[in-house]
Amino acid sequence: MDALPTPPLAAEPGSPESRTVRLVRILLPIAVLAAGIAVWALVVRINNIPPYVLPGPGAVLQTLIGDWQVLSKSLLVTLLTTLEGFVAAAVGGIVLALLFNQSKWLEYSLFPYAVILQVTPVIAIAPLLLIYLPQETAVIVCAWIVAFFPVLSNTTLGLNSVDRNLAGLFQLYGASRLQTLRYLKLPAALPFILGGLRIAGGLSLIGAVVAEIAAGTAGAGSGLAYRIAESGYRLNIPRMFAALLLLSAAGIVIYGLLALTSHLVLRRWHESALGKEN
Amino acid sequence: MAEPKTLSETGIGTADLAVSLRGVTKVYGSGVTALGPLDLDVDKGEFVSLLGPSGCGKSTALRLIAGLNAPTSGTVRVSRRANQARGTHSIGFVFQEPTLMPWASVRENVRLPLKLAHQPAAEANSRVGEALTQVGLAEFADAYPRELSGGMKMRVSLARALVTDPDILLMDEPFAALDEITRFRLNNDLLALWRNLRKTVIFVTHSVFESVYLSQRVIVMTSRPGRIGAEFRIAAPEPRGEDFRTSADYAGYCRTVSGALAPSYSGAAG
Repeated sequence: MDALPTPPLAAEPGSPESRTVRLVRILLPIAVLAAGIAVWALVVRINNIPPYVLPGPGAVLQTLIGDWQVLSKSLLVTLLTTLEGFVAAAVGGIVLALLFNQSKWLEYSLFPYAVILQVTPVIAIAPLLLIYLPQETAVIVCAWIVAFFPVLSNTTLGLNSVDRNLAGLFQLYGASRLQTLRYLKLPAALPFILGGLRIAGGLSLIGAVVAEIAAGTAGAGSGLAYRIAESGYRLNIPRMFAALLLLSAAGIVIYGLLALTSHLVLRRWHESALGKEN
Repeated sequence: MAEPKTLSETGIGTADLAVSLRGVTKVYGSGVTALGPLDLDVDKGEFVSLLGPSGCGKSTALRLIAGLNAPTSGTVRVSRRANQARGTHSIGFVFQEPTLMPWASVRENVRLPLKLAHQPAAEANSRVGEALTQVGLAEFADAYPRELSGGMKMRVSLARALVTDPDILLMDEPFAALDEITRFRLNNDLLALWRNLRKTVIFVTHSVFESVYLSQRVIVMTSRPGRIGAEFRIAAPEPRGEDFRTSADYAGYCRTVSGALAPSYSGAAG
């Protein structure tokens, strides 16, 4: 019997064409950013806008460096909250989805409430949570509420989209529930779970910020959102911008890390992580 | 694989039968009778094809034999070795699609049935190696399914069915999606495997030419509900090869079987 000598197909990342495309994809957004900053600086300078109305990019950068002591501490606080909310959302969403998958009764009983939690705007829930919970906990719970649903629904979708014939195969070989879950359902759901986590990362940052804003100056918190609110009251507009800048940078880094994780985990087999030529 | 095994029967009366269906019907939830009543006996070591148009219930019959679905009425009996060793299984199933786990390497895919049976790693490894060698894929053990051609994926699927050393091999239009050249080659390889291993094979196909080429017995099924329409013994000498495929005998068998299949063409549009 002969083995067909088909070599494994592989993208050629070194080809000049793909390199040009990649370079353009990196350079274009940078060019847009540079143009935006230039327009911003020009508008501020030509119209002579005072910094307490709209600071120029230079002033924001100065504040970022000058206030780094305060801002970096706030950044750490917000990142920690986000991380805690994210981990809670990831664990909660996956575990809940697994339970739903094992027991239809549980799913029917609880799923509507998961939806209700998701569709009720978290900004409206946050003040209530702040009344009943200590502030640090309330902030984390907020992050969890916004972020767990995409994990739950994506994991559920993934667990239910197992190939019918593969499921039959497991049945034929008498696989136990645990074996089916471990060797079939979880791996099949993995791309979906990772997609849910990618959404949850950004959302837990939003949840943390919402809760900090809701806590406002009344709270003892010192997160970035708290800094923004505080600077707003003090008309320290450059610091508001600097804090905002840090927040979106944090969001970008979180997304990038999760996308990278997803790519590394799936690169050997999943379509989403493979080159288009294949 | 060649050592003699003491076979003792459970659930089946005659010692020479591998599979026995009696009055089997399958009615789906919508009230559609997909199959039967169907009576079918398959001898040990026999190569039988179920031939029929799409929707005639031949795949349903196969799933009933495999125990993947339960019949609505009637009995399905499958012979088993009483002293079945761990990790062995009386039935191997090859689906229409390769049905491989895309996240696992070829080796892991073939190992799956043994893993589910909690077989020790060392023994499993040697069995996986043996099964991959049987289908000619030993050097692709570490490849992933997406890196393989359609024919090679089907070979992996076949290796996975063989790895438990089953008595009965059930194949559900396994080569239908392949190009003709690959299909011919896999047909020949399957025949060679069957000659060596002497498993019972029940092969579902909608190709007259494939069924005649491979089988000792061709069972033509009619649709809606699926019943046995005609039965033919293909008494061509073994081993069969390209000579048989181009012989007048082969053409004659194909003409006869096609004739029996003809009422199905007019009955079912498409």
